[in-house]
Amino acid sequence: MAFIKRYLIPRLIQYFLVIFLGITAVFIIPRLTPSDPVERTITQLRSQGSYLDPASVEAMIEDLTEMYGLQGSMFEQYIAFWQRLFRGDFGVSFFQFPTPVIELIKISLPWTLGLLLTTTFFSWTMGNIIGGLAGYFSRKRWSRALDTVAMIVRPLPYYIFAFALLLLLAYVIRWFPVSGGTSIGRKVTFNWPFIKDVLWHSSLPALSLTILGGAVNFQTMKLIVQNVNAEDFVQYAKFGGVKEGRIVSRYVIRNAMLPQITNLALSLGQIFSGALITEIVFSYPGLGTLLYNAIVTGDYNLIMGITALSIVAITTAILVIDLLYPLFDPRVRYT
Amino acid sequence: MSFCVLCMLLALALLTIFSPHDPTFWGVVPRDLKPSRTYLLGTSSKGQDVFWQAAFAVRNSLIISVIAGTVSRVVAVLVGMIAGYKGRGTDRVLMFISDSLLVIPLFLIIVMLAMLVRDMMNLVTLGLLLAFFGWAWDARVIRSQILSLREREFTQTAILSGTGTLRLVLKEYMPFATPLIFSTLINNMAWAIGMEITLAILGLVNMDIPTLGTMLQWAISYQAMLLGYWWWILTPIILSVLLFVALYWLSVSVSEYLDPRTRIQRVGAQ
Repeated sequence: MAFIKRYLIPRLIQYFLVIFLGITAVFIIPRLTPSDPVERTITQLRSQGSYLDPASVEAMIEDLTEMYGLQGSMFEQYIAFWQRLFRGDFGVSFFQFPTPVIELIKISLPWTLGLLLTTTFFSWTMGNIIGGLAGYFSRKRWSRALDTVAMIVRPLPYYIFAFALLLLLAYVIRWFPVSGGTSIGRKVTFNWPFIKDVLWHSSLPALSLTILGGAVNFQTMKLIVQNVNAEDFVQYAKFGGVKEGRIVSRYVIRNAMLPQITNLALSLGQIFSGALITEIVFSYPGLGTLLYNAIVTGDYNLIMGITALSIVAITTAILVIDLLYPLFDPRVRYT
Repeated sequence: MSFCVLCMLLALALLTIFSPHDPTFWGVVPRDLKPSRTYLLGTSSKGQDVFWQAAFAVRNSLIISVIAGTVSRVVAVLVGMIAGYKGRGTDRVLMFISDSLLVIPLFLIIVMLAMLVRDMMNLVTLGLLLAFFGWAWDARVIRSQILSLREREFTQTAILSGTGTLRLVLKEYMPFATPLIFSTLINNMAWAIGMEITLAILGLVNMDIPTLGTMLQWAISYQAMLLGYWWWILTPIILSVLLFVALYWLSVSVSEYLDPRTRIQRVGAQ
């Protein structure tokens, strides 16, 4: 009971509050613009050269007002916004006109999820294992060499690193394809050549996300392991003649993993943003590229949809990690 | 080492005073020339001297980061100190706000706000926009420092001998927190420069002001890569890599100064 009251309930309250605030921000920010989206849409249609007679303009204004959810007072709009959100209705995209935003997101989401899940998994596990080993054998030469590499890679922002990798591996040495998610014109089918093509095209974005995320995990893990290493129980195990491999894997890395789980939860938002930016560099057909198109065309509905969905998804993922944490750390369970 | 690189970049930024060209003008020099003695880093397809563009870019990116860094430092220090010193309800509310900022994919919110202020975007507004979001993590770090200071004996001594809260925080706590504030400042500056580059690629900043981001974006949009104008596209990339690595190493050495234990660990002695 004490566990539920002290651990579970505060987490849940925070979860709902964060979603509430985030979605409210998504609602308010576009409404701060002085320009009216309805008017903007009509001017844009006019500038494309189509002639509109006054009656149809009237009808269109009404339609657009409804579509953008701009009917009634601010408060009514706000309530309606939430109702639509629960139905998964983010309105109609402007950049691909009559297509609903949710359809566009549905197409891009699997790409982003695939990239994000695999790279986060690999960078987290590899970074931690290699970092743990490097921390334990911190005087070896390979450990220091890896540390120097991490010191150079870590501070680079996602965009610069991805771009440098693209220049090097796709333009200078032509090992990898320059952009896209598949070869041009390939249809989505689920057979081996198609999957191979997808993997081939996503290897460079995946590589860049894995190295960058791995470097961060490597460094923090190395520091934590060096701290754990100095603790009495490790020294005792060494003197007691426990095999070194067992000390590293069972005694040291296991204890050092715990703060890394919390770190993963805390940095998930950043990792997600990084994935979006990396997708833009490689024109990988996920949410990042969709976001880029939405920004370039000024498609507010699409941006709001992507942002609202990401806020819910990321906070939920963090909640799940937080709720799983007691499974790994008995201290939280019993206090 | 990192300090030398930073000094070189600063010197480059200061050189802009002597620039022969206005960086916003196009076509002041012949186009697409390779690096030579007259044009140290070649010229761009916009008819600009890449060397002077780069100097201005470094200067403007640094200005943005300094604005974002210092303003967000003020917020972080205030929030961290108030939360750490007052504790209880105040602490919980302030930490809730900063935790929310950490958890939400901020990049998307920043993009939405940047679209909103697109028309009045300049170095100052961009700096302030980034400052608004850049304090959360550092407020947490400063708070935990204050929390540990509050438990120390000298706090009790000072309170019992009648030192006011403001005086206590400024005179007694500030010296402990200063190196920490400085190291978070450097990290935050690097973050701001990175964010600026990203926003520039998305076309959300004023493209007429040369920064590392806009310079790269112009080079990309003129297909400098395909056309083989490597001097144009590599200059902003190499400069930003140098800048980020130098800033990071500087912040690492500041935190090592702060906590000698990490230095010993880094060297590998036990």
